[in-house]
Amino acid sequence: MKAYVIRRVLELIPTALIIVLGSFALVRLAPGSPFSSEKEIPPEVRRQLDAKYGFDKPLPEQFLRYLGNLLRGDLGPSTKYPQRSVNEIIGDGFPVSLTLAGVALVWSLLVGVTAGIIGAVRQNTIWDHAAMGAALVGISIPSFVLGPLLVLIFALRLHLLPPAGWGDWRHVILPGLTLGTIYAASIARLTRGGMLEVVRSDFIRTARAKGLSERLVIWRHMLRGGLLPVVSYLGPAIASMLTGSVVVEKIFNVPGIGPYFVDAAFNRDYFLVMGIVLLYAFFLLLLNLVVDVAYGFLDPRIEYP
Amino acid sequence: MPVADTVLSVHDLRTFFRTDDGIVRAVDGVSFSVRRGETLGIVGESGSGKSVACLSALGLVPRPPAFHPSGEVRYGGRDLLALSERELEHLRGNRLAMIFQDPLTSLNPYLRVSRQLTEVLEVHRGASRVEARRAAMTMLERVGIPDPARRIDQYPHQFSGGMRQRVMIAMALLCEPEVLFADEPTTALDVTIQAQILELIAELRHSLGTAVVLITHDLGVVAGSTDRVAVMYAGRIVETGPTAAVFAQPQHPYTRGLLASTPRIDTPPGSRLEAIPGLPPDLAHLPAGCPFHPRCSQAVDRCRTEYPAVIALSMVHSAACWAVEAPQ
Amino acid sequence: MNQPVLHPDGSAAESAANSPVGGTSLWHDAWKRLRKNRVAAGSGVVLLMLAAACLVGPAVIAATWGYDYETQDLASGARPPSWSHPFGTDFYGRDLLTRVLYGGRVSLTVGLLAAVVAATVGTVYGAVSSYAGGMIDSLMMRVVDILYALPYMFLVIILVTILGKSLLLVFLALGAVGWLLTARIVRGQVMSLKEQDFVLAARSLGTSSRDIIFRHLIPNTLGPVIVTFTLTVPSMILQEAFLSFLGLGVQAPRPSLGALINDGANQMLVFWWTLAFPGAVMAVMLFALNFLGDGVRDALDPRMKH
Repeated sequence: MKAYVIRRVLELIPTALIIVLGSFALVRLAPGSPFSSEKEIPPEVRRQLDAKYGFDKPLPEQFLRYLGNLLRGDLGPSTKYPQRSVNEIIGDGFPVSLTLAGVALVWSLLVGVTAGIIGAVRQNTIWDHAAMGAALVGISIPSFVLGPLLVLIFALRLHLLPPAGWGDWRHVILPGLTLGTIYAASIARLTRGGMLEVVRSDFIRTARAKGLSERLVIWRHMLRGGLLPVVSYLGPAIASMLTGSVVVEKIFNVPGIGPYFVDAAFNRDYFLVMGIVLLYAFFLLLLNLVVDVAYGFLDPRIEYP
Repeated sequence: MPVADTVLSVHDLRTFFRTDDGIVRAVDGVSFSVRRGETLGIVGESGSGKSVACLSALGLVPRPPAFHPSGEVRYGGRDLLALSERELEHLRGNRLAMIFQDPLTSLNPYLRVSRQLTEVLEVHRGASRVEARRAAMTMLERVGIPDPARRIDQYPHQFSGGMRQRVMIAMALLCEPEVLFADEPTTALDVTIQAQILELIAELRHSLGTAVVLITHDLGVVAGSTDRVAVMYAGRIVETGPTAAVFAQPQHPYTRGLLASTPRIDTPPGSRLEAIPGLPPDLAHLPAGCPFHPRCSQAVDRCRTEYPAVIALSMVHSAACWAVEAPQ
Repeated sequence: MNQPVLHPDGSAAESAANSPVGGTSLWHDAWKRLRKNRVAAGSGVVLLMLAAACLVGPAVIAATWGYDYETQDLASGARPPSWSHPFGTDFYGRDLLTRVLYGGRVSLTVGLLAAVVAATVGTVYGAVSSYAGGMIDSLMMRVVDILYALPYMFLVIILVTILGKSLLLVFLALGAVGWLLTARIVRGQVMSLKEQDFVLAARSLGTSSRDIIFRHLIPNTLGPVIVTFTLTVPSMILQEAFLSFLGLGVQAPRPSLGALINDGANQMLVFWWTLAFPGAVMAVMLFALNFLGDGVRDALDPRMKH
């Protein structure tokens, strides 16, 4: 097992390199330049700016310089915000986005798994239909519809929670719920599906034939196998939550990374775009590794070569 | 007919399923009983209802979509079909046990064997984890698992097919039940292992006095391991009696057909195996009268309209067929 | 590929399902099951009606009332629902119903086309990779793994900013990133299919690899591909709406549901209908798609729910 983990981490390195190269190429492919936006800049100034950031050098050289800096942990400067480095911007924004995603994750797991278990155990009863109906609604309402709706109800009409901003725990609730509900719905359906698969299996019949109570059958025998699909879903789900926070952050005015990214892409703020993409990419790669390993822990039949 | 030492008796059991295709009469009026220490074989093709009958006895058939329009399963002076789920849980794994056909899918792949064994004792005997573990290890040794101290902590997929079935047997017998239902315990195994497993069951039955209901489609298994046999077709028992008698003088055309289509060591070389013509019946749309009549070489007019009465050929041997003559 | 209906103990209804009532193909069975599923069938009808409305609605409205999605009426501005404007009007006095229908058209078109692109690319890629096997397969799947690991939304955003904001390119961008799941699934399917006898038979008859892949293997993967497709369509519609919400998708004055919802959200306190109607239509669309998708999935999966 340990050998497997080490091997996977090592494999990350060539993957990471390819990602850096790919993102670099992709970002620089875009027509236009960071300085071609609003005002007309005299070519003199333009050349100075290019030199300052090293944009006048040939691309491969720029890439190597970038790689070198990257390995030292320096993500470069921002062209849109000359006062701040990419490291600073990300350092400010990423923890916020992470917190938001975290809240969404907790919410989606709590609600999703519970609803899924209820649906599976009380299959085809009113509880099941209610739970799955709610789940279906949850998947169908996009965050940018749900967000304003929640704001309308809880902030503007009931005055229970703040409509936007970021400061204390109350600011986290509405954005977190908005972000997490879609995933809660998916998790509910996956849990129910997974549990139902397990319910049909022979070993559950055996467990019942042994005279175990329904509660024991569910908790000890069904959950392990039933939750497996949820675990493998968590990888892409968390990834999606992190990137989906882009929209939620816009709605609720949360100072995360999302809004920065869209602007950076538009403004051709190369270093900032690259920084964000790389950050998320590496985070996701690591996440996938963690999920794979966790899966191995849960299903003893999986052998790691 | 209550006989001394009868441990479990099933009367006129019916198990029907409501499906989109109509009502499936999986078990359609089945009666049998087992005595202490004896092995009753229930034999039939797939779809004959033999598994469903035994699952019904233990209340393991999900209702809905199943329901029991009639029947009684008497054990310990009570009708199992009338018991609550709680009371049944008390009996299952404890006084009445069941083992299944495919030990790979019938054991929980996510739990260690130790857990699956100890929980039976913890639930039914109130044993502590330590005591249960000790008893489980003893049982593993008894069923022939080598190095039980190490293997008990392994997962089912780490055992071979035969070993897994031994684990299942150990699990079922930990509480020393009075009746053991064995649903095709050897079908998924190699022939050599089959013999070992059957021997194991016989030996344990002998030492524990357990009554065994052995479900199978394999006449060879029936011949070697059972005291009495009940032949099922389309949800009903068509012939029943002591194994030796039924094999020597099969009365029902279906039983005869089964025996004729089984290769035997004394079959003259070059002769053909006789298959029973036709297809197994659609349990949702059974023909009128005797369900076997479309495939029966001895069918008469009465067979097409009336379900045959049970003709007793002796005190212990009977068959349900119009073509059978009751002895005078 | 007609699997028996399995009952709790595996035997009872097996013979019932295998009764000699005449063999039906997998698709026939699936269609029958889908039709019987009232909720899914109902959703299908709703979707068809919605699609029809989006397609001809704007034209009908233009003919009857004389305005299209661009016609402004700055004097009256935003007005609540009325007879001449069933969904009300927006800030510029434009009829909201027409705009919502037009936006729905965009969403459905983009969603479907993007999903088709994704399904096609994914299927071919997965089948080829799996059939080729060995190093090629490893390499191709490694590419998929890498792309899979990248933040989807970000890639789409980058692509859109590179390619420009044309509608055509938007769905290309979406499809370009959305084929990964299909590729994985098809690869898995083909992995198990290619060992089967019918492939061996085809090979021994000298059938070319290309023919084997396209005429034998791919048709047999259609089941899971369709299921994935039904999941992809609402996902694509959602992505397009996200993009429009962020201002990256279809450009003004052409409406898109995402953009409409964005505008509506900003004005929801004063002009509630500008959020309510586009939001409701989007929700109904996704709801129906999800229900239908569920129904298709259940229809194609022979194992009963009970």
